[in-house]
Amino acid sequence: MLGSSRPPPELLVDQPSTDVVQGTLDMLILKSVSLQSMHGWGIARRIEQISRGVFRINPGSLLTALKRLERAGWLDADWRETENGRRAKYYTVTRAGRKQLAMETADWSRRVSAIARLLEAEG
Amino acid sequence: MSLIRRMARGIGALARPAVAEQDTADEVEHFLQEAAAEHRARGLSDQEAMRAARLELGSPIGAREQVRRFGWENAVEAFFTDLRYAARRLRADPGFTAIAVLTLAVGIGGATAIFSAVDHVLIRPLPYPHAGRIVAVWDIRQDGAQLDITFGTARELAARARSLEHLAVMRPWQPTLLGAAEPERLEGQRVGADYFEVLGVLPTIGREFERADDAADAARVAVISDGLWRRRYGADRGVIGRSITLDGLPYLLLGVMPRGFENVVAPGTEVWTPLGYDMSQSGAWGHHLRLLARVRPGADLEEVRRELETIARQPAADFPRVAWAALDNGLIVRRLQDELTGSVRPALLAMLGAVGLVLAIACVNVAGLLLARGARRRGELAVRSALGAGHERLVRQLLTESLFLSVLGGAAGVAVAVLAVRALVALSPAGLPRAHAITVDGPALLFAFVVSTAVALAIGLLPAFAATRGDLRHAVGRGPAPPRHGAGRDALVVAQVMLALVLLVGSGLLFRSVRRLLAVDAGFESPGLLTMQIQTSGPRLEDDSTRLRFFAAALDEVRRVPGVTAAALTSQVPLSGDDDRYGLHPVPELEADPGESGGGTYRYAVTPGYLQTMGIPLLRGRWLGSSDDAGAPRVAVISASLARRRFPGLDPIGHQVRVGPADSPPYTIVGVVGDVKQFSLALNEGEAVYLPVSQWHFLDRVLSVVVRAEGEPGRLVPAVRGAVWSVDPDQAVVRAAAMDDLVAASAEDRRFALRLLAVFALAALVLVGVGIFGTLSGRVAERTREIGVRAALGASRKAIVALVLRRGLALTGLGVALGVLTSVAATRAITSLLYGVSRLDPVTYLGVAALLGAVALVAAGVPAWRAARVDPALPLRAE
Repeated sequence: MLGSSRPPPELLVDQPSTDVVQGTLDMLILKSVSLQSMHGWGIARRIEQISRGVFRINPGSLLTALKRLERAGWLDADWRETENGRRAKYYTVTRAGRKQLAMETADWSRRVSAIARLLEAEG
Repeated sequence: MSLIRRMARGIGALARPAVAEQDTADEVEHFLQEAAAEHRARGLSDQEAMRAARLELGSPIGAREQVRRFGWENAVEAFFTDLRYAARRLRADPGFTAIAVLTLAVGIGGATAIFSAVDHVLIRPLPYPHAGRIVAVWDIRQDGAQLDITFGTARELAARARSLEHLAVMRPWQPTLLGAAEPERLEGQRVGADYFEVLGVLPTIGREFERADDAADAARVAVISDGLWRRRYGADRGVIGRSITLDGLPYLLLGVMPRGFENVVAPGTEVWTPLGYDMSQSGAWGHHLRLLARVRPGADLEEVRRELETIARQPAADFPRVAWAALDNGLIVRRLQDELTGSVRPALLAMLGAVGLVLAIACVNVAGLLLARGARRRGELAVRSALGAGHERLVRQLLTESLFLSVLGGAAGVAVAVLAVRALVALSPAGLPRAHAITVDGPALLFAFVVSTAVALAIGLLPAFAATRGDLRHAVGRGPAPPRHGAGRDALVVAQVMLALVLLVGSGLLFRSVRRLLAVDAGFESPGLLTMQIQTSGPRLEDDSTRLRFFAAALDEVRRVPGVTAAALTSQVPLSGDDDRYGLHPVPELEADPGESGGGTYRYAVTPGYLQTMGIPLLRGRWLGSSDDAGAPRVAVISASLARRRFPGLDPIGHQVRVGPADSPPYTIVGVVGDVKQFSLALNEGEAVYLPVSQWHFLDRVLSVVVRAEGEPGRLVPAVRGAVWSVDPDQAVVRAAAMDDLVAASAEDRRFALRLLAVFALAALVLVGVGIFGTLSGRVAERTREIGVRAALGASRKAIVALVLRRGLALTGLGVALGVLTSVAATRAITSLLYGVSRLDPVTYLGVAALLGAVALVAAGVPAWRAARVDPALPLRAE
């Protein structure tokens, strides 16, 4: 399921890897899970993949965020068997989670365009 | 929803920590497995793949720890971990823990006990609906003192004051209840019809009084207390509407008051009847009633004061007044609660201040202990720091420890408070209203909890920051650090001495006041004197001459009791609370007479021999004799201060005086006797006149018998009472008291305050001693090496002792100096409790300073002695 476009770890060492922009991790997780149920590893890989390796999330941060989102009622979780026979915790976005995602996305877009306008004006 | 979910998950995780832990571990493991699988897919061996995955993802333990920190339940868990650790640390040092907990228990317990008293007596409203609206109204005497109200004034106020909703006068009443059981003397009140409305509590069974019941010619009715109803009538509802016999007269029983009803104005009252006054009665203008009123909703106390002031200044034609109740000086209006608590307020607040000082000293003490402990523990903290504990985490750990201590102290303190409150209630003076209601309940427990928490911060913050301050790495493996924060502990010693000095000065001043007060000459020889009040009642003794015969016969019987050497009757007994004063004027009027002082003259109607029995000295003229009876010329004996003030430069013997109304007959003065303290040892109101009981224009219904006994007077009580009853068993004999007890009781409020202050002062002294000792011992222990070097270099033992002592005494001296300055300001709060001693009394200040100095010397002496015995070879061995 996950593509193999990922470079081997050795190659990643010297590449600039960026922390996720403060406060956007939740949004990224919700976005990832909004298409289909995923386990933690899958979410991490997906974010890394789509961002072309710019965002790398360590498991501690990711699991903490998942726990927080689950507590908030935006994600549901259950243990399932993966395709390759391992047990993993799958996360599914809830109705409240979708609403939250829509809200955060709109908010984010507004900010980004505002910052873009500011930078253009400066230039 | 989200909050509930968060709580539920958190509690779930707390309840089954292993499951939550496993969950996270499994998830992290899954990450590893997937990462390793990818590496394997690229051809790495199992082992290499796993290693690469670990390298990529970091330590799984680190990840787990990071996740663990999320959620409130983990903060709780961390707290419990800290708590377990704190408990372990404290258990490991039981001596320290016991001293700290005990010290805090004394401080918190004392504070909680006094808070309970203050809360119940001063803060909580009286047990009536809208109790804040109940006020007491008093007339004002020429000299500004408050005076009982007259019926005439009360009637006028009831008609004219719009700001008062209900208004009722009252006077005490002690009827004898006759019936199937033996006669019983009851505490009762004659009250205005609105009395229960004023209080806002009505009978639960039957009905309250109505206006018609309060008319002079109305049928006799009564309301009784729940206690009397259960005791005498077996809680039988059928008794309502029946007749009961009080003082030999039938009263229709109207109602029963509720079970919990508290009659705070006259506790112990069991029966009420309407006053039944009208203006035609001679008593209508007598100053002998108390007035309570309920303020109309919406009106405040200021409004009532203004209105009554206006009414007092503007007499109305419909309400003519008499000269002695003309309200020229206005009226006093006071909230009932303030009225009841006014006399004990200063003492209680002084107690609260004192106990606050003790608590502060206790906190300072424990803070000092923690500070010393922190210094010893720098090594341990350094290790924890090296293992990754942050600065904030260490402070939190240390604060948890002080919280643990103070919670233990608080719990023990509550136990102390429960016992202390019991002692407090048992020792409380009669003047402490609602003392029986004082318990350690909700608000007091809350207080103890809040105080404990505050104490935890107070004792914990400084030591916690001091212990973790600086670079802890240097402390690893080095054992105790050099004493770098001695200044902090020195400051604590100074603070402690200062606080203790303030407390000791307060106690010292009060102690000297009580000594002075008890040394005051009451004017009679109280040892060996016994007094008892005979209250006659019933139609049988209605007639003056019958009553006189009864009293004479009773007195004869009392004189026959073995052990009685002398006995007499009097209308009032000194220092018993009796307060019977009349106007007195020389006849004809004297030019030199400055006139009646504000208070009037104490009138004693006595049988011959009263003055001799009491041991009041005759200064001039003669005693009253048995020949001065009803048929003989009227004679009087006056007190020395009356003679001095009203007959300046004259010999009063042979002059005539009129006592009471203008139409009363004159008495010829035949003698002058010494002054007697009638109302209080602290007051100088010695103007008194003694008249033969049989020559007064009416015969008192209540007379007291005064007995001079051989030996202990208390044991004669049954025999004397029996002697009176042998004449007429239906008459009440009450208020038996040894005169010595009455004298002592007169200083009771101050003595109560003194007793408590003495306990607090002692506690403070002990705490300060322990504090100084602890601090100096700690310093000596820390400086053992240095002292050893000094000794090795030739310092004499004397020099070393002086070194340590100087330190202790310098700190004490500084504390004393600061304490004196503070006391000068702080003693202002207890000025009203002092008698015959200035709040700046140098003897007290010097004595207290010397006492503290002595304690400091002892407390510093032991560590100094220890320092002198330090082996000079020690530092060499230690290196």
